[in-house]
Amino acid sequence: MTALAGLRVIDLGADVAGAWCARPFAAFGADVIRVEAPDASDPLRRAGPFDAPRDTTETRAPHLYLNAGKRSLALDTSDAQGRALLERLIARADVLVETLDPDRRAALNLEPAAAGERHPRLIHVSITPFGLEGPYAGFRAAPMIAAALGGYMYIGGSPERQPLANLSPQPDCMAGLHGFVGAMAALRHRDSGGRGQHVEIATQECMASIHQFTITRWVYNRRIQRRIGNRYQRAHPITIYRVADGLVSIAVANQEQYIRFLDLIGMAALRADPRFTDVFTCSEHTEAFDAAVTPRLLTMRKEALVFGCQKQRVPAGFVNDLREVLNDPQYHARGFWTQVEHPIAGAHAHAGFPVRMSETPPVARRAPLLGEHDAAIRGELA
Amino acid sequence: MTGALAGVRVLDLTRVWAGPHATRILADLGADVIHVTSRKLAGELSVAPATAKILGVYPDDEPGERHWNRNSQTNDLLRGKRDITLEFDTPEGLALMRRLVAHVDVVIENYSPRVMPKYGLGFAGLRAINPRVILCSMPGYGAEGPLSGFISYGTNVDPASGLASLMGYRGELPYIGGNAYPDPVAALFAASAILVALRHQRATGRGQYLDLSQCEATTALLGEFSLAASRGTPVPTRDGNRLPDRAPNDAYPCRGEDRWIAISIESDAQWRALSGVANHPEWATDTRFATTAARLANIDALDAMMRGWTSGEDTYALMRRLQEAGIAAGAVLDGRDLVEDANLNARGFFREIDAPEVGPKLYAGQPIRLSATPPRLDRPAPTLGQHNQEVLRDLLGLTTAEIDDLKTRGLIGDRPAPAK
Repeated sequence: MTALAGLRVIDLGADVAGAWCARPFAAFGADVIRVEAPDASDPLRRAGPFDAPRDTTETRAPHLYLNAGKRSLALDTSDAQGRALLERLIARADVLVETLDPDRRAALNLEPAAAGERHPRLIHVSITPFGLEGPYAGFRAAPMIAAALGGYMYIGGSPERQPLANLSPQPDCMAGLHGFVGAMAALRHRDSGGRGQHVEIATQECMASIHQFTITRWVYNRRIQRRIGNRYQRAHPITIYRVADGLVSIAVANQEQYIRFLDLIGMAALRADPRFTDVFTCSEHTEAFDAAVTPRLLTMRKEALVFGCQKQRVPAGFVNDLREVLNDPQYHARGFWTQVEHPIAGAHAHAGFPVRMSETPPVARRAPLLGEHDAAIRGELA
Repeated sequence: MTGALAGVRVLDLTRVWAGPHATRILADLGADVIHVTSRKLAGELSVAPATAKILGVYPDDEPGERHWNRNSQTNDLLRGKRDITLEFDTPEGLALMRRLVAHVDVVIENYSPRVMPKYGLGFAGLRAINPRVILCSMPGYGAEGPLSGFISYGTNVDPASGLASLMGYRGELPYIGGNAYPDPVAALFAASAILVALRHQRATGRGQYLDLSQCEATTALLGEFSLAASRGTPVPTRDGNRLPDRAPNDAYPCRGEDRWIAISIESDAQWRALSGVANHPEWATDTRFATTAARLANIDALDAMMRGWTSGEDTYALMRRLQEAGIAAGAVLDGRDLVEDANLNARGFFREIDAPEVGPKLYAGQPIRLSATPPRLDRPAPTLGQHNQEVLRDLLGLTTAEIDDLKTRGLIGDRPAPAK
């Protein structure tokens, strides 16, 4: 059975964050209605960083993936009739997900207090980059900007060069997931004899809440965490190395692992060098350490090195690009990828929900065509 | 108990970051989270002195006599939870654990996949005790498959998941992030799956087994990229922060040491606005830069020009001027900037929490803001074993004599087990 069957969700989340918030509802069987502009101007249908000449507004990757399992209603909410229909949809919904800017929110009469008055059982999720209130409330955002103002960008990259953000819109994904968790918690409260409520998510706060040491290090010790290159701060070697046939990741976090790692690659003698006595001295001489081990590593093959390390309980792993993850045997063993058939895009691979659930597995369904469910949805309201 | 998840009880066997972060969310939202610490591992939790210094985990670098209660990670991640000590590799500890399982809705653990079944605490074992119980396991690669036995950290998941392939400088290796980001990703998916399973549990009275792969969790957040790759659509290649559909899009240096501003221009209108802010109206009409296509074609010259302009500016002041002109721009905040950030502070994001052995400190708040059942952030992290008595007495009905006996025999306590 599906866990969320019977729930109705209105997805007015025009961007990745909103779409991500509504997506797990669809995966677990809720009826999610994506309310879209009839002119296909929904950002997920636009090219974005993915541009293949053959692609259209129906086949762009963000739409195919993030709107999977949703129904599509093409609705012009700039006219009164459209707004009236939206209001009727919301009246019978359990959850509203919106990422509106302040003017649109006001125009749709969806300011949280007012919407809550009209729909006391509604869970109303607002996801905005910097919050509904606050000095940055009117700021324009982009994923890199949220990474910058969330403290993530400063600590990524080389100390000699500019900070790096990931090229994928991770802050938006994070905000969407927080929205889903908030909505599920609010549903539980409502269905325990409570009422609906407003769930407010600010992307900047989501990023600021997922730091391991950045904030505590400043608060506890007044020290700034800086970019330190392609490695992790606690010890060395925690990094990515080239080997004969590709790349491997190594995460040697303590001395026991360090000794076993050097033994395994046949370089135990390195520990006699005072720079390489332990993982902490190594972390002060990372370039020299990497230069010392690289010639040896370049003679080894990734499978042998990774499995050899794991046999010795040294955390090592493979390094995949986005084609390689599609072929990775571990993902296939767990059935992570699903081939989904789409009338225009054809068959394509969907990443699954990353949790195997014994009683309520998620269902993989395709993304809707623009307005595909107009008639059905209007019929249900009649 | 107040909060949206009042009445939900979680037995938390997790360590490090991903698991404790998942249960911190549940605790903030009102669940009763009972964190279980092995006293044998409590010593190990207090990291080596050199690491502690690097990471700055003790207040003023001073571990103190009871360092296990002063660790920043413990105090950050265990807030709002109760803590008991239990040794489930002893027969009596295991018996207590089994009794506790009968009283909880959720068990969550992040051991390697061998550990729980070894003690009869795999899902079948737990379900035999409590048919309503939800077990969430969150190993690096999931409980089954050729890599299921792998030990891994977030810094291994980052490259394995595909995430690192989308970060780095032109022509160089994939880059791991500065923050073990796959850990909180796994945390959010664990919390999500648990809440879905709780809804099913309430409807049917049945629990279930949630087998989370940390690696899959991060890959799931790249789903549009892997989907594009599966259809042969090109995905962006690593070149700093440059993207194929907008320019400029990067971090540019500002006045001062290691100060930067991130600027993302999505349209030609925004570019014209930027040229106004920069006091370089000629940039708007220069054919090398007038359109997105032209700016992408001349990106090296564009970025050099941008750097020349921004390097004399103050990052915050420039952010405000650009934002006033409708341009997505943000100061690149470090840890101190975050704690002092105007927006986060105006919104009351940081909370001062007074843990008895640390003193009052600011901590990141809970970004899930619920209007009717706001998150609770007023309860400091427990000290080691602080709730032994309370939990064993109130939940399991042990007598004071029985509890004292467990204490005397070292089966529970408020200090790490002495090293053998």
